[in-house]
Amino acid sequence: MGRKLLLDKAHIEGIRYYDVYRKHGGYAAAEKALKSMTPELVVEEVKKSGLRGRGGAGFPSGMKWSFLAKPEGVPRYLVCNADESEPGTFKDRYLMEFLPHLLIEGLLISSFALGTHRTYIYIRGEYAWIPDILEEAIAEAKKNGWLGQNILGTGYDLEIYVQRGAGAYICGEETALIESLEGKRGNPRIKPPFPAIKGLWECPTVVNNVETLAAVVPIINIGGDEYVKYGTGKSTGTKLISACGNINKPGVYEIEMNISVEEFIFSDEYCGGIPNGKRLKACIPGGSSVPILPANMLLTTAKGEPRMMTYESLNDGGFASGTMMGSGGFIVLDEDQCVVRHTLSLARFYHHESCGQCSPCREGTGWMKRVLMNIENGKGKMSDIDLLWDIQRKIEGNTICPLGDAAAWPVAAAIRHFRDEFEWHVNHPEESQRRNYGLAHYADPLPKPEPAPAAV
Amino acid sequence: MAEEKKLFKVKIDNITVEVEPGTTILNAARKIGGDVVPPAMCYYSKLQGSGGKCRTCLVKVSKGSDADPRPMPKLVASCRTTVMDGMEVGNITSPEVLDARKGVVEFLLLNHPLDCPVCDQAGECHLQDLGYEHGADGTRYEFKRRTFEQVDIGDQIKLHMTRCILCYRCVFTADQLTNKREHGVLGRGEAAEIGTYIHKALDNDFIGNVIDVCPVGALTDKTFRFKNRVWFLKPVDAHRNCDKCCGKTVLWMRGNEVYRVTARKDKYGEVEEFICNTCRFDKKEAKDWTIEGPRKIDRHSVISQGHYVDTVKPKDPLPDVLDGRQPKLLMDIHTVSEVNRPEIDLSKIEGPAHSDDFNIRK
Repeated sequence: MGRKLLLDKAHIEGIRYYDVYRKHGGYAAAEKALKSMTPELVVEEVKKSGLRGRGGAGFPSGMKWSFLAKPEGVPRYLVCNADESEPGTFKDRYLMEFLPHLLIEGLLISSFALGTHRTYIYIRGEYAWIPDILEEAIAEAKKNGWLGQNILGTGYDLEIYVQRGAGAYICGEETALIESLEGKRGNPRIKPPFPAIKGLWECPTVVNNVETLAAVVPIINIGGDEYVKYGTGKSTGTKLISACGNINKPGVYEIEMNISVEEFIFSDEYCGGIPNGKRLKACIPGGSSVPILPANMLLTTAKGEPRMMTYESLNDGGFASGTMMGSGGFIVLDEDQCVVRHTLSLARFYHHESCGQCSPCREGTGWMKRVLMNIENGKGKMSDIDLLWDIQRKIEGNTICPLGDAAAWPVAAAIRHFRDEFEWHVNHPEESQRRNYGLAHYADPLPKPEPAPAAV
Repeated sequence: MAEEKKLFKVKIDNITVEVEPGTTILNAARKIGGDVVPPAMCYYSKLQGSGGKCRTCLVKVSKGSDADPRPMPKLVASCRTTVMDGMEVGNITSPEVLDARKGVVEFLLLNHPLDCPVCDQAGECHLQDLGYEHGADGTRYEFKRRTFEQVDIGDQIKLHMTRCILCYRCVFTADQLTNKREHGVLGRGEAAEIGTYIHKALDNDFIGNVIDVCPVGALTDKTFRFKNRVWFLKPVDAHRNCDKCCGKTVLWMRGNEVYRVTARKDKYGEVEEFICNTCRFDKKEAKDWTIEGPRKIDRHSVISQGHYVDTVKPKDPLPDVLDGRQPKLLMDIHTVSEVNRPEIDLSKIEGPAHSDDFNIRK
């Protein structure tokens, strides 16, 4: 049984409420931080823990915190990124829904460490019921003296606000999130300046994922040195994985980052294997934006070692032989799944969610989707596969924010590892069309389908 | 004595230039000039916050600075990336940049119609130049293009969204030059479009400047639309006393007739000083203006055709070669051909000439 740090109390009935949470050791870390530590010590502890951002990029959190500019007379902000919209990723929802006080405690400690007095939780619009849970928990925390003015008599003030997004994937990108929080259109900003220098309302800002902030609580509770003992190497601590697809037990799992991918998929403790005894075909281990890997490469690294559920092992030296931990959205495909259709589904998502600010992403994502649609529907040509490859190559790395990369990588990886499936679709148009039931809705019309007027 | 400001040395395409800290790579390149200047479709030096969107100005930073010589992992937008001391940048010397730029041009042209023959912006269109310099000779896109109905936004400006490349320049102009929010971008992704709030008119003394900043033919001047081609007009600098703006403009004339009035633009096609609607739309008589003289237009522009000042017509070498005879007297076609009959006066034939009219047997 793997050790847990975040979900160890999740099974306790009523843990969502303050009294139960407090009774089971809740807010002890906040008390410890505020009463016996300085903000600098808290940052040091987080640095020592080796905690990496759990939103997808995996940047060391302590280092990110230390980048925060601290000019005199200018407020600083902490923003909790709860805009979890990546297909296949649903771990933060679990945390916020069942352990809201864990997040609030994490926010309190992090805000104290960063010297911020206003903290925002920017939550995905589609999580319609969770803001109520969070607001209820915030009210409880405030009533019990954990928020508001002069917390625990330390002179520290903090307010936490919940802001609902309007349901745009791009608002999960930190600068687009800040724009949206400011009441503007959720377009990513061009970096630099980075939010740590100029963020919310041009003030220094740290944007952290829900899971990252929640992980601060056990770090303070057990200490950074102890936290490092969980996991391996550069992947310390535990990680929430939202597993879905063709597995027997979909759900959110907290894993210690020292288990193998094989164990995670096939052991009864986690995913419980593939339903109906089917074979594993492929997996996207870190949310829809990371490269897909075929079964043989998924279970073994380029060096022939078992692939582990860690940042470094999943990455494995690049996209040719590896993928990424990403946000932990673990999507499993069995032997019956069509990679082309799957890729089209993702391309359709990224096309729909592109903000339209920069040309490669605005125009390229739609082009990729349409070419994929042709291939999937048996209307593709062999040259379309090379065209797809070229389009994704022209998008990747050339856009303002990582959405362009997120749109390009799944296509690139699918062609790299499953080119034969694309070719099958081209060579078997009739079978592709026959097999392609119920996908008429994929042929969504262009924005303005009416023909151009004759006069210019 | 004031302390001398430290300048940063930057190498762009192996040409070194010294610039002040805070200068962008694009502006450093502009200081060098010539081919090392990356193209820019959305950047506009007069508009705060512009740039970074079209991705045409991407460059390769092969050395970050003397202090940190690591290369930047991705291509960067030169209009929004500031230089560091010792930075080395590849623009036209970087195959990676040229390839990416070719891709950007292709993306920009996916939904931009090639209606240059009927577009009012033809001849002064940045996308035309960009496509010519960096584009491929054909498109690989075989799907339906997006189209929009044309919209009158105000009584003098027409929005042809089909041509728009969403550079946001007009949005910045409207935001920064006028005292209230005039228009913005509606929708997102491919469905994004420039629009006013429920077809509200753009009604502001300076809103005409959105026409000047538009790099393509999406926003056009209704008082000039289809009246003439820019290369048939003669641009002259002119000014008038205006209580709203600087009053310094360019008149686009044919004979004594003023076809359109625009602000004066620099060599990068950026307005030097924004002008008011009265100067732009209402003063269309030559007598309204004090004409200063011909406007200098970049000789590579199609507009400069026939407008060079102090040009010398080259000497015709043929008379020298032909012992002083004029080439037209080399041969009189009527003396050798029976087809042409000089006695037939074409102007006297009713209707168009027909072969029957030249039939010698007739």
